[in-house]
Amino acid sequence: MKYKLLTATVAGVMAAMPALAELTFSSLSYRTGAYASNGIPLADGYADYMTLLNERDGGIGGELTRVIECETAYNTEKGVECYEATKGEGVLVYEPYSTGMTYQLIPKTAADGIALHTGGYGRTSAKNGEVFRNVFNYPANYWDGASGAINHLLDINGNDIKGKKVALVYHNSAYGKEPIRTLEVLSEKHGYELSLLPVDHPGQEQKSQWLQIRRDKPDYVLMWGWGVMNQVAIQEAVNIRFPMENFIGIWWSGSENDVLPAGPKANGYKSLTFHGVGSDFAVLDDIKKYVVDTGKAAGAGDQVGTVLYNRGLYMAMLHAEAARTAQDMTGKSAVSQGDMIKAMEAFEMTEEKMAGLGLANFGPSFKVTCQNHGGDGLVGVAQWDAGAGKWSMISDYKQSDQSVVAKLIAEDSAAYAAENNITPNCN
Amino acid sequence: MPDQLIYAMEVFLNGLMAGVLYALVALGFVLIYKASGIFNYAQGVMALFAAMTLVGVMEGQIPFAHLINAILGTEIHHFGWHLPALLGILLTMIVMVILAWLVQRIIFKHLVGQEPIILFMATIGLAYFMEGLGDMMWGANIKKLDVGLPQGINLWIDETTYNIFDYGFFIDNLDIVASIIAAILVGVLVMFAQYTKEGRAMRAVADDHQAALSVGVSLNFIWIMVWSVAGFVALVAGIMWGTKSGVQFSLSLIALKALPVLMLGGFTSIPGAIVGGLIIGVGEKLFEFLVGPLIGGATENWFAYVLALLLLVFRPQGLFGEKIIERV
Amino acid sequence: MFYREAGDFSTTYREDSQTFPIKFDRYRYYAVLVFAFAVVPFIINDYWLNAIFLPFLIYSIAAIGLNILTGYCGQVSLGTGGFMAVGAYAVYKLMTAFPDINIIVHVILAGGVTALVGVIFGLPSLRIKGFYLAVATLAAQFFLVWLFNRVPWFYNYSASGQITSPEREFLGVTLTGATSEPWAVYLLCLVFATVSALIARNLTRGAMGRRWMAIRDMDIAAEIIGVNPLSAKLSAFAISSFFVGVSGALFFSVYLGAVEVGEVFGINKSFLVLFMIIIGGLGSIFGSFAGAAFLVLLPVLLKNVLVGGFGWPTDLAAHLEFMIVGGLIVVFLIAEPHGIAQLWRVAKEKLRLWPFPH
Repeated sequence: MKYKLLTATVAGVMAAMPALAELTFSSLSYRTGAYASNGIPLADGYADYMTLLNERDGGIGGELTRVIECETAYNTEKGVECYEATKGEGVLVYEPYSTGMTYQLIPKTAADGIALHTGGYGRTSAKNGEVFRNVFNYPANYWDGASGAINHLLDINGNDIKGKKVALVYHNSAYGKEPIRTLEVLSEKHGYELSLLPVDHPGQEQKSQWLQIRRDKPDYVLMWGWGVMNQVAIQEAVNIRFPMENFIGIWWSGSENDVLPAGPKANGYKSLTFHGVGSDFAVLDDIKKYVVDTGKAAGAGDQVGTVLYNRGLYMAMLHAEAARTAQDMTGKSAVSQGDMIKAMEAFEMTEEKMAGLGLANFGPSFKVTCQNHGGDGLVGVAQWDAGAGKWSMISDYKQSDQSVVAKLIAEDSAAYAAENNITPNCN
Repeated sequence: MPDQLIYAMEVFLNGLMAGVLYALVALGFVLIYKASGIFNYAQGVMALFAAMTLVGVMEGQIPFAHLINAILGTEIHHFGWHLPALLGILLTMIVMVILAWLVQRIIFKHLVGQEPIILFMATIGLAYFMEGLGDMMWGANIKKLDVGLPQGINLWIDETTYNIFDYGFFIDNLDIVASIIAAILVGVLVMFAQYTKEGRAMRAVADDHQAALSVGVSLNFIWIMVWSVAGFVALVAGIMWGTKSGVQFSLSLIALKALPVLMLGGFTSIPGAIVGGLIIGVGEKLFEFLVGPLIGGATENWFAYVLALLLLVFRPQGLFGEKIIERV
Repeated sequence: MFYREAGDFSTTYREDSQTFPIKFDRYRYYAVLVFAFAVVPFIINDYWLNAIFLPFLIYSIAAIGLNILTGYCGQVSLGTGGFMAVGAYAVYKLMTAFPDINIIVHVILAGGVTALVGVIFGLPSLRIKGFYLAVATLAAQFFLVWLFNRVPWFYNYSASGQITSPEREFLGVTLTGATSEPWAVYLLCLVFATVSALIARNLTRGAMGRRWMAIRDMDIAAEIIGVNPLSAKLSAFAISSFFVGVSGALFFSVYLGAVEVGEVFGINKSFLVLFMIIIGGLGSIFGSFAGAAFLVLLPVLLKNVLVGGFGWPTDLAAHLEFMIVGGLIVVFLIAEPHGIAQLWRVAKEKLRLWPFPH
């Protein structure tokens, strides 16, 4: 938010304001550090949507929204400190945008009874709500993404990819290793050859990996990257003249930041996605009118409509609607952290709801249940048009291969339950 | 010729190119260490700051825009002009010279004669400060840097090698340009150090501060000059790396790539930085090519250090460093 | 007039050679211990534990370890992050392999494992000196991080590659995991920190410490008078790594609970601990604590003042925080290059003469 620093200082130094009845959300953002260029639009989208609700609708069900932003710089210790500092303020749901921090916060939020939403990242097996009572990762997770990529390859190859070579370029960290097991199981099922190319953090130097791709000539390259690794990978792919339409990145490797530095040659790069892309949504017009033009935007206002901004906005929308569901369920407007968890477990997102919010065709429809905290695994594919400078969807949302993914989730959540003495339950 | 050998040759050539880029970063370290005995941890951040300033100047960004907007509630971001690359580089150099002067005046003038580790710590403080300053001046988002350097595969080499070996080698145009620029830079620096008055004064200061003072060399001037030259080297390194990956925080991590080069080449030798860079570049790429797939890949990070370590065990001052003479 | 040795007579050799010869020092030390052990556990809450006390105590142990190696023995090491990772993974493997044994035993064993690893990576120090050694220890840092990422046995073949601390308790009180009581975790770390400080202080005051300091000051001369450089340097590496390993084990098991080695134990950790001992004062146990306090508490304080107090936007506050920390480090070094410990020593010297000027 843009305040005048001076008035803010004076106001802060003066007597503390009385606490208004309001719904508190937290934004564990990283506007500095190695991933700032990605963290900024995510945080901006989230904050702007919450501001829009206040400005346009007077809040959610009459309660104003309040977003407490805390800078983590993508550092786990700072994330812990932010969590501890803000949990007492009645934050309804946490969204850390970092798999490392998620693993930290899963036991902490379970003990403190606060909802943790890790949409499209985090611990994939949290989809099993019987084990992870307060963690939600709808609408899709990494294993859905891996399967979604293979589904897309099957689609463009007439359902047969036997003998094809698929290379996975991944960030050498827990995040990057997520899809490996799923891709290996799928490679046995569909008969393709999988090769793994890890890239060391931060991924500034990828010459060796891309020389190897040039030698091996895989048919398709998948990428699980974040931060500078994305930009360098796309640039190197352009340099070795790898056909861009055979290069598919996970949804965290598919934003404007990643493709713009490579210029016009990055045309045709594809990215998986679990929400709509582009700026063609009614809610974005509202944002321009009520938030950006009135000077209340969280950032400079130039990120509106970019992929990561939309993602932040989507998460804010999901949280706001869950709060609304909680209000409907309990009948009161000031909902508690426990109410929020129950509401998220009974949450349903439909096309009508999204259209009503100005997000027609923005995301998949899904229903959350105790057994399924992760949505239905609907994954789509977007493609970058360098000439027009925008992403556009080139496929519908398609469900991931549940026969493979569901089995892996059951295994992993059972292991977690065993390690931590949790009996799967639904109360 | 067997395939593996051809591939190895390609990897070898790419390793040489990568090594040149590392050496470019290491040069800055060597210059400052040579003249003042300070191990400049802030060299990577200086490269980032220089690249950010160049982009900011070229794009006409208003420095401290975010801060000004937050204090005054305005919405200004750009001056509205776009400068050509050469003018941008010139203006950035002026900024780096001012920075060198400030650093010398405010920090190192007061720390003359302290132990090396204290000076090292001071450069760490400087690195933190410049990082915060750079972000505050120009913003922390990623910026595209385009000074007109060519990128992409060099088609002539591709075709020629295809005709000879039946396999086209991949050499990036940017790497070739970087190698040429680095070679010119090193040549100029070596000639400067050997044949000009200021260069000789710099070598005198590197040898013995007191003796240099006593023959009338102005230590302050030499140190400011050295930091400015290091700033220029940082700018060139920042341009090369920034063109590849966009200008963002990770650029400052290239300093970590330069450390094994310094170990190998010795902290005080300019040709050593180049030779060390080439050895490290070739070594790590060949190791990744030959042994990497057997042990899971991503070995580049640590192999460079292990290679330098092994060499140091046999030659503790590095390849070209001054022999360490300990007097008891 | 109250800070004097006069009037404080020793009647046994033991009393004569105690660490704090001046009564005021002793009483101050006891007061701090009483406050830390008997008062803080009753007033501590989750935020103070996780944001202030735990990082301070755990980093102090690591700083003590690195201070022994760099401050007392003069071997600059940048492998601290990697050794902390060794401690963390060792304690994880021990906890999961032997779930019935006490966590305290596991932490100490993890320290032992790290000591062995430290000795191996300390072997180059016999040939390489100064900054070259610092860069050589970086080889240890990067290699260890790569190893823990690469070999699945270390993270028990989990799909995610992260290690999570299983719940453990001691005397009926849960110590790890999210249900642990703040006071219990605090006391555990406080006990480790105090015992580490005691051990380190006594080691450095004794013959072993004097050997280390001889090597630091001039290793060739030390060799001439009979100090074996092999055993002195390797023992410094071993004992330093023990403390760093204990610190890493606690960092993982009670503070963070889940760790991903590349992000948590990366090169930044090594530099951070090195900064702590340089700012705090090389060659001083008190300096380890002071440096840890400076670098752990200052960012938290700045954040709370700038964002919480003044309400600035978080990114401006974060940038300003960097600038202030960097600026303070430089100002500090110009004012007192030998660190906070030196300031403390000078203050005590002045206090001895007070109220007389000479």
